[in-house]
Amino acid sequence: MADMKELANLVKELEDQLVTCIRCGMCQSVCPLFEQTRKEADVARGKLALLTGLMENMFTDPDGVNERLNRCLLCGSCAANCPSGVNVVEIFIKARAILAEYKGLSPAKKLIFRQLLAHPGRFDAMVDWAGRFQGLFAKPDANAQGTSCARLVSPLLSNRHFMPLSSNPFHKTLPEKGVTTPGSGPKAAIFIGCLIDKIFPGVAHASLKVLSHHNVGVVIPPGQGCCGIPSLASGDRDSFTRLVDHNLALFEKYDFDVLVTACATCTSTIKKLWPSVYKNPSPGMQKKLTALSEKTMDINQFLVDQVGIEPIETGLEDAEKEIVTYHDPCHLKKSLGVADQPRQVIRAAGCRLEEMAGSDKCCGMGGSFNVYHYDLSSAIGTLKEHNIEATGCTAVSTGCPACMMQISDMLGKAGASIRVRHPMELYARALEKLTP
Amino acid sequence: MIQKSILEALQKIVGPPHLLTQKEDMLTYSYDAAVLDPVMPAAAVIPETKDQVGDIIALCAENQIPITVRGSGTNLSGGTIPYSSGIVLLTGRMNKIIEINEADMYAVVEPGVVTATLAAEVEKRGLFYPPDPGSMAVSTIGGNVAENAGGLRGLKYGVTKDYVMGLRFFDSQGNYIKTGSRTVKCATGYNITGLMVGSEGTLGILDQVILKLIPAPKARQAMVAVYDTIEQASETVAGIISARIVPATLEILDNFTIRAVEDFSKAGLPKDAAALLLIEVDGHPAVVTEEAEQVKALCLKMGARTIDQAKDDAQRDKIWAARRAALSALAQLKPTLVLEDATVPRSRIPDMVRALQDIAKKYRIDIGTFGHAGDGNLHPTILTDRRNKEEFYRVEQAIEEIFDVALSMGGTLSGEHGTGIAKAPFLEKEAGYSSILFSRQLRAALDPSNILNPGKITGV
Repeated sequence: MADMKELANLVKELEDQLVTCIRCGMCQSVCPLFEQTRKEADVARGKLALLTGLMENMFTDPDGVNERLNRCLLCGSCAANCPSGVNVVEIFIKARAILAEYKGLSPAKKLIFRQLLAHPGRFDAMVDWAGRFQGLFAKPDANAQGTSCARLVSPLLSNRHFMPLSSNPFHKTLPEKGVTTPGSGPKAAIFIGCLIDKIFPGVAHASLKVLSHHNVGVVIPPGQGCCGIPSLASGDRDSFTRLVDHNLALFEKYDFDVLVTACATCTSTIKKLWPSVYKNPSPGMQKKLTALSEKTMDINQFLVDQVGIEPIETGLEDAEKEIVTYHDPCHLKKSLGVADQPRQVIRAAGCRLEEMAGSDKCCGMGGSFNVYHYDLSSAIGTLKEHNIEATGCTAVSTGCPACMMQISDMLGKAGASIRVRHPMELYARALEKLTP
Repeated sequence: MIQKSILEALQKIVGPPHLLTQKEDMLTYSYDAAVLDPVMPAAAVIPETKDQVGDIIALCAENQIPITVRGSGTNLSGGTIPYSSGIVLLTGRMNKIIEINEADMYAVVEPGVVTATLAAEVEKRGLFYPPDPGSMAVSTIGGNVAENAGGLRGLKYGVTKDYVMGLRFFDSQGNYIKTGSRTVKCATGYNITGLMVGSEGTLGILDQVILKLIPAPKARQAMVAVYDTIEQASETVAGIISARIVPATLEILDNFTIRAVEDFSKAGLPKDAAALLLIEVDGHPAVVTEEAEQVKALCLKMGARTIDQAKDDAQRDKIWAARRAALSALAQLKPTLVLEDATVPRSRIPDMVRALQDIAKKYRIDIGTFGHAGDGNLHPTILTDRRNKEEFYRVEQAIEEIFDVALSMGGTLSGEHGTGIAKAPFLEKEAGYSSILFSRQLRAALDPSNILNPGKITGV
């Protein structure tokens, strides 16, 4: 380990961003973690102060700061509510990278990020293999969410009701050369994302169906990798950069106007983090990253703003429509300002949208936060589950597969008979009824 | 440093997860929202019950350990910056609304209740808790009481002190004190409640607060008046008050602030305007209509270029969103923001506005001025970068001159932010030495070991 002075110098890279925090404390009013613990080190103001402390070489080792920095959902609620416009998520991600590079990754993370995630082919094969054997350690819940739980008490899974791996991941149903369909209007390339591919392939199929119904030309390159956010959240900027390289090279071969994803987290990562956190980009690379970022869009936003949709005629009276509530993924609303479009899609799909209290409050997933802090993650998720149930809905919709996992777990644990559906699934289902 | 045995005793009182001693955590309790040097405490405790608070104070009294109480740490005067050999007592877990009594219109709360949470609960019952400090989304009632927090509605509805009917608190020895009552009138004993409000944790540590509630106003009307000179705007403020009209809110934004807000939020404000007045009257519908007409006529008479009335709730919200954006918009311009709150008798608002413009010019610094013109409480907001030592020196000189000017007009150093550490050295200018001596004697009698938030207000 290098000395702390060197680390202080590395953190100095963030100084101009750190000094913009005026310590007003407004982040406390929206932080889902602070709501649970009411500890200053759990909220953005405290973490920014800790990074400033690190920069001023106040500590003898970085572990205490590192540990506190990782107690964060990276939901961006603080940034969206910050009077000074502090770019909190970018600061935290860069700080995690600096600390991880300084300390070195744990062996487990090294294995996962360097040997698996960073090699999309290897990762796909591993997950396929795991999918075949998951029945040995997990049993289906037979509930509305379609979750599973552990057969035996397992320290790894605790009492989670997790979404099983799909027996038929989306990439396996793709033709070898991928998909290229002609259409009228803007041409859309689709970035699938790991969770949709491996756990919710139905979302990808639904998206394709919706786009083809609207006569949108689609490109789906085969061999897509992860967007890189799991590596980045753990500070592994090398694996992240390698994944960006892989995906960029893949999509470069195709001609398209818009890159759409049905995963809020992937969209936000490609748009915001690819251009800002890629390690040492050449000027040419920076240009490519910025250009792709500008072309990237959430699929609901694309459908509503660029394609244009009309309500599907279901012939149902208002009272007969299915009651659906919508959860705003942090990576859509707070990161990208997309909130109205998914709601329009849900209404167009012939559902009655019933707003829940705090629809834009974080569900508590936060990627690896859920793995390392399951108790806190569940406490936050339980608030969401109560708000969903209070609407009297039969389905909850959200535009992010990670939120779908967390909400499924929470509803499953509560024994609620509420289904979890992506807006694209609702819309595709309505289309199916239209054309039997 | 605190002895290990005392830390163990503290841990025994609150339970292991609720005593923090690691340096990292201490750093996060070393500051508040004031632009001052941080000080790290020796420990932080997070009690949940009255008994725990009493035990903590008794233990600290016995061992002469300073205690600084902290709610959300949003105050702007350094009131929650701790003592290096002391502890921070966090009120985050003491956050229960104990009672909202609709028949007698009062609420009883624990000090850690967030102001906005209480306001929302009260509103659900058709009642109203008016004090609305800018940080109310995070600030706590305990902090509001300790700092005597104000807000936008001070002009008509007063500030926190006007709503505190009674208190339950611990003195410096850990004795439990009751003062005030749940009745509208209460004439027993000293008015200790009044003494405690604004005492910044130097006389006792709160356990319960009894707050007065009032009926929610039935109607309200918001307006925006646009001016070509800031003198006309500030003279309108004085004019409205002397016409015996008391709006709920009467706010001013100067050109510097207007431009910052418009660049930040694209709300459609006229960037060429020298000043805006944002006005709201409320009360009985007939009175609201009449007063709105009077205010409009007055604004035009005093030279307003235009005056627009909000036609619905959406337009009203837009007006107040522009006002709420003021601090945010200014905060984005430079790394350091010093928010002052020197206050003058409201008839002197025109003179104060002129003086602030002169001071900005004299010290070559950026000052955006906005604030509660109707109650004389302006917020000259200085934009700077604390790392620039030469400029920050000029900022400090400018602040001192703002204080002098406010006092020369019969005003005060602080309308609503409190004395804390930031204004303690200047207090003598306002109140004179004998007032400070009186306060010190009072404090010495009530807290002989000087363990309650040392260094604040009286400078000792």
